[in-house]
Amino acid sequence: MSNVPADLKYNKSHEWVRTLADGTLEVGITDHAQHALGDLVFVEVPEAGRVLKAGEPCAVVESVKAASDVYAPLAGEVTAGNPRLSDEPEIVNTDPYGEGWLMRMRPAPGALTGAALLSAADYQKVLEAEGG
Amino acid sequence: MFPPTEGERRLQRLISQVTGQKGGRRRGTTATRACRLFLFARGSVGRHTPLFKLHQELGARIVDFGGWDMPVQYSSQIGEHHAVRRAAGVFDVSHMCVVDLRGARVRALLQQLLANDVAKLGTPGKALYSCMLNERGGVIDDTIVYYLSDSWFRAVVNAGTRDKDLAWIRRHAQACAVEVTERTDLAMLAIQGPEGRAKAVQLLTAADAGTALALPTFVGREVGGWFVARTGYTGEDGFEIMMPAADAVPAWRKLNSLGVASCGLGARDTLRLEAGMNLYGNDMDESTQPFESGLGWTVAMEPHERAFIGREALAAIARAGSPRKLVGLLLEDRGVLRSHQRVLIPGGGEGEITSGTFSPTLERSIAFARVPAGSGDAVQVDIRGKLLNARVVKPPFVRFGQSLIRLSKGPS
Repeated sequence: MSNVPADLKYNKSHEWVRTLADGTLEVGITDHAQHALGDLVFVEVPEAGRVLKAGEPCAVVESVKAASDVYAPLAGEVTAGNPRLSDEPEIVNTDPYGEGWLMRMRPAPGALTGAALLSAADYQKVLEAEGG
Repeated sequence: MFPPTEGERRLQRLISQVTGQKGGRRRGTTATRACRLFLFARGSVGRHTPLFKLHQELGARIVDFGGWDMPVQYSSQIGEHHAVRRAAGVFDVSHMCVVDLRGARVRALLQQLLANDVAKLGTPGKALYSCMLNERGGVIDDTIVYYLSDSWFRAVVNAGTRDKDLAWIRRHAQACAVEVTERTDLAMLAIQGPEGRAKAVQLLTAADAGTALALPTFVGREVGGWFVARTGYTGEDGFEIMMPAADAVPAWRKLNSLGVASCGLGARDTLRLEAGMNLYGNDMDESTQPFESGLGWTVAMEPHERAFIGREALAAIARAGSPRKLVGLLLEDRGVLRSHQRVLIPGGGEGEITSGTFSPTLERSIAFARVPAGSGDAVQVDIRGKLLNARVVKPPFVRFGQSLIRLSKGPS
């Protein structure tokens, strides 16, 4: 079974969102997604200052066998890409909800309240419906 | 039957969606052709080898491969890759199509059907790698043929091309009165790696083990009711063993108990690419000829009187010079080369990557690319709109566990 922490928000395309103390957001891919992709060997994260629309591809995670886009869960401006991932892409596999975060962003005004993010329980239902 | 679970199907959709296979909504990442082979859900149940239930039991992720439900990986693709480079791994290759060709004129048939010349096979058991061409010189398939006797050859062809291959072979076999029999009764296991042969012979009696260990490279023979061949697709030593379907599961379990790792098609792909071996459908197909596919060495133009199919087309290409060539690439920058990425040649001209991956042995990205014949050693590859530097290198990249490529500078 995939690990789905209760304190995070999710979307159906398997990204997670954590609200940090200063109101900015941390974004990564879920345990289910990293498991589905397999051993990651290259991660490309967005640069600080990039303005994203909700659903826009903003990062790329590549496993041995496939390249996959990661989508912005909501609109906002990137404040940081995880600098460790260029040398250690595998930490997305080993710690997808912690050290393996992909980017931090400041949500656009109203974006967080307007975003149709899922609770952990609802994301778990998505996974169960998929048989995963 | 054991259809893929809804979860597996959803995963395939997830991955095919994020790899941009449905085209569409944005600057997409470019999925590899290999990915497509691995990941495309067909929406119908594929064929199963005799080991299918065991793969499921072992926790393999199952994907469609040429119409077959096959294990792409068990735990970690990179771990399985290293197991083969450093110790031993076993692959289920029962999806490949084994065809027996019997008849007094079988040699004449194969001298017509194959671009390589079976006249090179003087010793029973000896194997030959060859392309089977159409009249235009395009590659219908690649195959390994074993010379078993003057009236019996065995060919192994790709799973994804099975139907067209059998139809082509049968069409030409009639005139030579050669009987064509697909050996669906056999399973095939590839046991590969520096410890592969020593582990594999523990499946045999002591006397048979001695016989198997004495097999020279690229030779196969019947041993204890099995056909054991010292061949493979990994760049390591090892055996490919054809056995009655019922023997496959106990053999696999015994190999696992001896420490031989279960390996999926994912590791098979990275191993073969490191080893400089082509994959049909990626690196060559009916629209390409051997000289632009790195396979000129498999074409026997001598003796000139041998009239194999495709000969005239190839002779014309050889006279004019092939306009393109297949080369190895090593990515100097960070990223992963994937099939269908555009290769830019300094001073003009373009090529295309035919197979690309991350090399677990080199910890760098490697590829095959088809480029203009006059291209030099430094090229650039368009990866999602960025031009990254790659160096042309001569395959194989890795052989017998050792890198053959000079890694002059790390990825920047």
